[in-house]
Amino acid sequence: MIRVDNLHKSFGGVKAVKGVSFTADDGKITGLLGPNGAGKSTTLRVLYTVLTPDSGTATIDGVDVVTDHQAARARIGSLPHDAGLYPHLTARENIAYYAKLYDMPGDTIDGAVQKVIDRLDIKDFADRRTKGFSQGQQTKVALARSLVHEPQNVLLDEPSNGLDVMATRSLRERIRELKNAGKCVLFSSHVMQEVAALCDEIVIIAAGQVALHDTIDGIRNATGCEDLEDAFVKAIEMVDPIAAQTA
Amino acid sequence: MKTIITVFMKEVVDNFRDRRTLMSALLMGPLFGPILFAFIINLSVKQSLSNANESLDLPVIGSEHAPNLMSYLESNNIVIVEGPESRSAAIDSVANGEHDVVVVIPETFGENLANMVPATIEVITDQANTQAERETRRATRALRSYGQELAAMRLTMRGVGPTIMRPLNVDEVDVSTPSGRSVILLGMLSYFFIFALLTGGMNLAIDSTAGERERGSLEPLLCLPVKRDHLIYGKILAACLFMAISLSLSLTCFHFTLKFMPLQELGMTPNFGPSAVIIAFLLLVPFALVGASLMTLVASFTKSFKEAQTWVSVVLLAPTMPILVVSILMVRPSTLLMFIPSLSQHLLLVGLIKNEPLNMLHVAVSVGGTLIVGALLTWVCARLYRREGLLG
Repeated sequence: MIRVDNLHKSFGGVKAVKGVSFTADDGKITGLLGPNGAGKSTTLRVLYTVLTPDSGTATIDGVDVVTDHQAARARIGSLPHDAGLYPHLTARENIAYYAKLYDMPGDTIDGAVQKVIDRLDIKDFADRRTKGFSQGQQTKVALARSLVHEPQNVLLDEPSNGLDVMATRSLRERIRELKNAGKCVLFSSHVMQEVAALCDEIVIIAAGQVALHDTIDGIRNATGCEDLEDAFVKAIEMVDPIAAQTA
Repeated sequence: MKTIITVFMKEVVDNFRDRRTLMSALLMGPLFGPILFAFIINLSVKQSLSNANESLDLPVIGSEHAPNLMSYLESNNIVIVEGPESRSAAIDSVANGEHDVVVVIPETFGENLANMVPATIEVITDQANTQAERETRRATRALRSYGQELAAMRLTMRGVGPTIMRPLNVDEVDVSTPSGRSVILLGMLSYFFIFALLTGGMNLAIDSTAGERERGSLEPLLCLPVKRDHLIYGKILAACLFMAISLSLSLTCFHFTLKFMPLQELGMTPNFGPSAVIIAFLLLVPFALVGASLMTLVASFTKSFKEAQTWVSVVLLAPTMPILVVSILMVRPSTLLMFIPSLSQHLLLVGLIKNEPLNMLHVAVSVGGTLIVGALLTWVCARLYRREGLLG
């Protein structure tokens, strides 16, 4: 379970996140939705402890990401913006490297790597060097790498960026599997349709604030818009009228 | 500790598969230095050694007009060879570089000599040709001394002591020793080794910082439940390994190319047998920590692989500075100087090659001082890795 409480973060004079609060439960997929620059990535980066918040707290399964960041990191699997694979290593070696850094017991690593390779359907290219992999293959390997230690919480930063229809579909299936396994999945996107297709709950962020936090039907009701895109724009308008106009 | 080993192993495997790293670690650094050094040594030996004991082939036109002079020249180790047929042909052949110098003796030479009229001898040469300069100097010197001998003879015949012609006796005393002259060459040598060492780890140092950031692999790496310090230690250690490999290859390579260098002719009898190679390795290898951490530090500030390459190249030059200053000032090794990395390695290596006994205090200070500087730089790198701004 991920809990974010009144998070603030600014870079220089720019306030990227201004008091974001929400909770993402286990066994649910929570979507972090917002226009570009709304503060989605910054929020996620605070959650996987790459950034330290200026104020506010965030906990992963009750572990504070600021005071006990190492323990918090051990509880999450994260897929940052870039896949960031090592081109000279094979897919399997890339995954195994992370397994070792997650401090998994040495004798369980090979089995765990094989399991995640089977589960994410990587077999065909598991032993090829990742140089020249397609975007879809790269994302799969990167996802496998972040799931190898079977974390309870999974953070995905715009995972479907640059993926084709087939790859996106298969990614969605994997995310649903995680949900069915009782994991807490938090993922960010700027595409309303994608979030609607996948998420149980949606947190709409604009201008560094939470505009709405509800189910899809709840958002439709709150904004009075049947069309999801309209609802999205309307929700953003509530906190950031300028961004909504230019959108 | 486990993290450090994991990162270290991964960087080693990763970089052994990277052609760019392999090229610089195993080829560029180790081969470039010794081969360039052998080339420069050979060139400088050729240029600087006056091969007085080698006979000079001197083309002469009209040698039949001066048989005495010819036998005098031959007694001075100058071999008279048949010159071009005419004076103009001689000028052409010197101009186009066929001959370096041609001596022309006119028909009137013997007659003038007998009549006590100054007899002309022409030495045709090209002043712009530096190669010819030495031969020309040798030929004219021999001709002049023949003239002086004739003058002395004429004076003696008239009952005058020949010394009257030499009111001054200018004597140059050259105190330079061959090994002293070789100091600059030796300074170059230790720089080549340090250069090889640094190039060996250069790509790795860049790749593990600026490269990771550019590739986007740094952020997921920092999301892992590991201490950032351990990540950087593993990377620096891997760079050290590559530097050590490059250094050992360079030393070994030099050991073999030494056989093709005429160092004895420069008065250098370099001590570079197998045991010296091992000692040199042990003396130089602590510098790897300084090099690896310094390069990692520099590369950490840059945004891309290209930018990092530019700045890290500057690091390649940094170790030359102290060596250069000391080579020019001819400073003797002292314990205080041993605290300066690269300089201490240089001084110890020069001593080793000159076959001087190793001063163990100097060795201890050099190794200790260098490792301390390296550890400090590594610590600064680790501090840098804790910053948020690292992700750029």
